[in-house]
Amino acid sequence: MGAPNVVEIQGLGKVYSPGTPAEVVALRGVDLVIARGEFVAIVGPSGSGKSTLMNLLGVLDAPSSGTYRCDGVDVAGLDAAGRARLRLTRIGFVFQGFNLLSRMTALDNVMLPLAYAGVPRRERAERARRALSEVGLAERAHHRPSELSGGQQQRVAIARALVNHPPILLADEPTGALDSRTGQEILALFQRLRLAGITVILITHDGAVADAADRVVRIQDGAIVADERRREAA
Amino acid sequence: MNARSESLSVHAAAAAGPGRVTLADIVGMAVFALRGNVLRSVLTALGVIIGIAAVIVMVSVGQGTQAELDRTISNLGSNRIEVWPGSGRGGGVRFGAGSVSSLDDGDVAAIRNEIAGVQYVAGQIRGAAQAVNAERNWNTQWVGVVADYFPTNGWEVAEGAGFSPRDYGGAAKVVLIGTSLRDKLFEGEDPIGRQIRLGRVPFTVVGVLKSKGQSGWGGDMDDVAMVPLETARRRLAGQMNLPPGSVTSISVGTARAEDLPRVEREIGDLLRQRHKIPPGGEDDFTVRNLTEIVSARTQTTRLMSLLLGAVATISLVVGGIGIMNIMLVSVTERIREIGLRMAVGAGPREIHLQFLAEAMLISLGGGVIGIALGIVGTLLTSRFGALPVALDWQVIALATGFSVATGLFFGFWPARKASRLEPIEALRHQG
Repeated sequence: MGAPNVVEIQGLGKVYSPGTPAEVVALRGVDLVIARGEFVAIVGPSGSGKSTLMNLLGVLDAPSSGTYRCDGVDVAGLDAAGRARLRLTRIGFVFQGFNLLSRMTALDNVMLPLAYAGVPRRERAERARRALSEVGLAERAHHRPSELSGGQQQRVAIARALVNHPPILLADEPTGALDSRTGQEILALFQRLRLAGITVILITHDGAVADAADRVVRIQDGAIVADERRREAA
Repeated sequence: MNARSESLSVHAAAAAGPGRVTLADIVGMAVFALRGNVLRSVLTALGVIIGIAAVIVMVSVGQGTQAELDRTISNLGSNRIEVWPGSGRGGGVRFGAGSVSSLDDGDVAAIRNEIAGVQYVAGQIRGAAQAVNAERNWNTQWVGVVADYFPTNGWEVAEGAGFSPRDYGGAAKVVLIGTSLRDKLFEGEDPIGRQIRLGRVPFTVVGVLKSKGQSGWGGDMDDVAMVPLETARRRLAGQMNLPPGSVTSISVGTARAEDLPRVEREIGDLLRQRHKIPPGGEDDFTVRNLTEIVSARTQTTRLMSLLLGAVATISLVVGGIGIMNIMLVSVTERIREIGLRMAVGAGPREIHLQFLAEAMLISLGGGVIGIALGIVGTLLTSRFGALPVALDWQVIALATGFSVATGLFFGFWPARKASRLEPIEALRHQG
């Protein structure tokens, strides 16, 4: 199913506040193709445009120029609702700050995207439980985020990102709030997901974190300056 | 590790085409959000609670008062003018007892013949007597009446034949009794054809009057005995020292309500002329347009209902603004949550619906509590406030509709604001 390349970007540009004195060119003509099942790190210092690229890859924002085909779907011309549908079905997000809803249990947090996908109520708990056990947290399903460690919270977030079976997992500094050992566990989990056929895109400023990926794309001043493949994708 | 990888790839391949979030889920999310701060939710709903409770009490009291007035109007009979002798009812010291017998059959005939638009004219005399049936007796009011008295005053005969033309002309000793008098004298027996005495005079009961209940002035209208006018003059009015042909009041009915003011004025002119009252002299009679008095009271009640309705509307609007206010605060507080929901796939529509559902649940919940309080308040008003109330399901349905509409109207703008947030900015929001 789906296209062989989950990400196809051509000449992608993003300008903030165009035509005003505050105009900022954040991305200038980026080309990038990511195949299904790759584990790619996008690395760059702050202000390099990597966050802008991450927002565009995650269909959280619309590009100013260029084309982006996300899992075969052309993003241009989608309205806010269309972009939301695309995120719902194609992209799982993992954030630096976990972004779990604090009043909900781990299980309820993981079930949240299932509600928006219209999955029948009785299937949800079962699917969420499976997603939690895939990240090794089956026995913590009924704990609140405040009762979980940082690493555990990030695993809940990963389970939530995966529960709708998206082809792309987009992780924005996922280890930024974790100690290095826990961070390594999260990166190992990503490698496992990659083996399971999920495309993992990791955005980071940290070269050591990027080393976990098969491919490292360096970005600077809104353009890709290096693209090195370290291992072959599975 | 391998086994787990396999299971993951199976799931990745199993992704089916997604459906839409259901309304039940949206409501569930809204309930969950509101339960997060119960106190705030209840306080937010307070304006609607008070507004709806006020609506219920006010509409119930308004309708009760209106219903009582309607009953009074229907008891009044047709469009009715009443003429009494004497100028000062309660201020009679000035003219003394001599003015009591100032009206007579000539006045009645003149009104009938000389004033246009008059449909019924009835002169009657009234008095009190002890009504007796065997060992039961009761002090009651009697009225000597002519045929026009019944339509003019809204009386009907419920049982029995009533008076025949011969009864009026021949001064027959026949009587119609009200239901209260019947109950006192007969206690469930059939009174038709039986004999009773008024004072010492025996009468045959020829009918029972249809009940009118309480009068607008508090008396029991059914405690009454009616006899033909001539009979009353010859048999009952003996000690009243009435001049021959005199009546103690005249009832006038017009076919059309708009004739009432003119007819009232013309009766005054006619009687002044007939009684030879000089210009500027004091009248020896009083003309009252009863229908006008009641409709004035009706208008007062309408005005009061309108005023109370305005108060209720204002409190609902204030309650709605309270909801809008808190919902705007809630949207601002929950920007990151909104961003997250958008990131995991909620579109503008889903976010809009959720916040709209929250606003509606607050105001609907407030409405339900307000209805309960309003019903309690209405019952307390009727018990301790001595006000007539009419509580019906329509008011409750109306109040429920109002509360939902309040939530929809005042929740729309905050919900729209939430749905229009940019996902990136919402996610990055510090707060």
